[in-house]
Amino acid sequence: MPDYKNRPPLSYYATALPGVDYSELQGKLIVIEGPDAVGRSTQIRGLKPWLEELGHAVLDTGMARSALAGKGIKEAKEGNTLGPVTMTMYYLTDFADRLENEIIPALRAGVVVLTDRYIYSVMARAIARGENRAWMDKAAGFALVPHAVFYLHAEVQHLISRVVVGRGAFDYWESGLDIGFGPNMYDSFVKYQSRLIKVFDSLAVPYGFEVVDATRPPVEVFETLKTSVSRIFEPPEKPILEPNKSVRRVRPPRTIKATARGD
Amino acid sequence: MPFFLPNRAPGRLIIVEGIDGSGKSTQLALLSQWLRLRGYAVAFSEWNSSPLVKETTRRGKKKEMFTPTSFSLIHATDFADRMERYIMPLLKAGAVVCADRYAYTAFARDVVRGVDRAWVQNLYRFAPQPDLAFYFKVPLEVALGRILGGRNALKYYEAGMDLGLSRNIEESFRIFQGRILAEYEAMIEEMGFHVIDATKSIESQQKEMRRIVLRHFGRTRPPGVLGVDIHAARLHA
Repeated sequence: MPDYKNRPPLSYYATALPGVDYSELQGKLIVIEGPDAVGRSTQIRGLKPWLEELGHAVLDTGMARSALAGKGIKEAKEGNTLGPVTMTMYYLTDFADRLENEIIPALRAGVVVLTDRYIYSVMARAIARGENRAWMDKAAGFALVPHAVFYLHAEVQHLISRVVVGRGAFDYWESGLDIGFGPNMYDSFVKYQSRLIKVFDSLAVPYGFEVVDATRPPVEVFETLKTSVSRIFEPPEKPILEPNKSVRRVRPPRTIKATARGD
Repeated sequence: MPFFLPNRAPGRLIIVEGIDGSGKSTQLALLSQWLRLRGYAVAFSEWNSSPLVKETTRRGKKKEMFTPTSFSLIHATDFADRMERYIMPLLKAGAVVCADRYAYTAFARDVVRGVDRAWVQNLYRFAPQPDLAFYFKVPLEVALGRILGGRNALKYYEAGMDLGLSRNIEESFRIFQGRILAEYEAMIEEMGFHVIDATKSIESQQKEMRRIVLRHFGRTRPPGVLGVDIHAARLHA
């Protein structure tokens, strides 16, 4: 379990964004990740009012919701010509726009940012489609290292039942039909989502995910998340009078920066 | 570490680079025409021309929404789309693809905008290595004379106004182009550019390009490179 109490201040993985003063970022960045239909948005719907009740201002954001590229991505996905590299780049554009124009300003203002998916979904989708892992690590290197990443984990059989019961139909992109992982939508869904889960699993250690068993009832998952999120807001173990000195003495809990660079 | 993937397709990739007003587009048009008439199947692709991202770019420019990073990424998206849907399939088919600007444009412009060099270079690693890269070398004042004399309105991002270099758009354009020029000059050797002296006459620049292409291709069409009926090509020329 990551050591939330002694976490260093917000920073980037590998590449600083031009014009950002990282020391100004006072808010908390919390990520909910996981494959399609695992129940991320249900949890966010619960976490947001809970955090607000505790007195935190919350910004919730998610993939493909940027003012700049959200619409373009939606339109591109409705067509039949979106290639895997183009899709990755488009999602990175969307991510950069939200990071610089929503997430960073909110963090500067001390807001808790709750995000449905983060850079890891962009990476997982690209890698599951056969793109190079090191290339992806570097391309995503401008992302902020979140305070916590909750990876809602479930096996593909669980996702299938959620899709069938919840939505009643398989989605073109969620089935990876753009690549065509199987002879029909169902087989393609199973194969593609299995690959996605495998990639997410492989990102868990280097990117410091807290793995949450999402096969349990949503209320139980919610309780787990609440307990973990609470810890993010606990004061550090030692009162920080000279922040630089006392923080530096503590070894950073995660080795994300070293591994994420992928060199 | 190589900047690009090796071009393993039978087709050939020829690209031109240079600052605005260096005359590269004119030269590439002449070269494509010449190659067509020599029986090559030639295709053309221009920087920032993918229909898939056109609306997003337009929105971002109109509302001045871009940061250096998102500006860099939307151009990489545009490039990726042209690569996946157009350039790569054509190279696989054996065509000679002529590209007006390539990833080097991003390497120069985005770095001037403050984007991390290694990051932007990594972004384009999926692209194939050009077989021939021509760089049109021109002094800043000559290029500025061509641009500022010929067009009436400079655009916001084109002039680098987002960098806050100057409130005067023409002055901003000058400083911005000057910095891009310096980036190009620094790339020449590392990227293996064939340098064309863009202060020379159009004819002599073209002659030099054709000489280099012939040296690379040989007198006859290399195996695997797609040909067309020359008579048909003449009719369509």
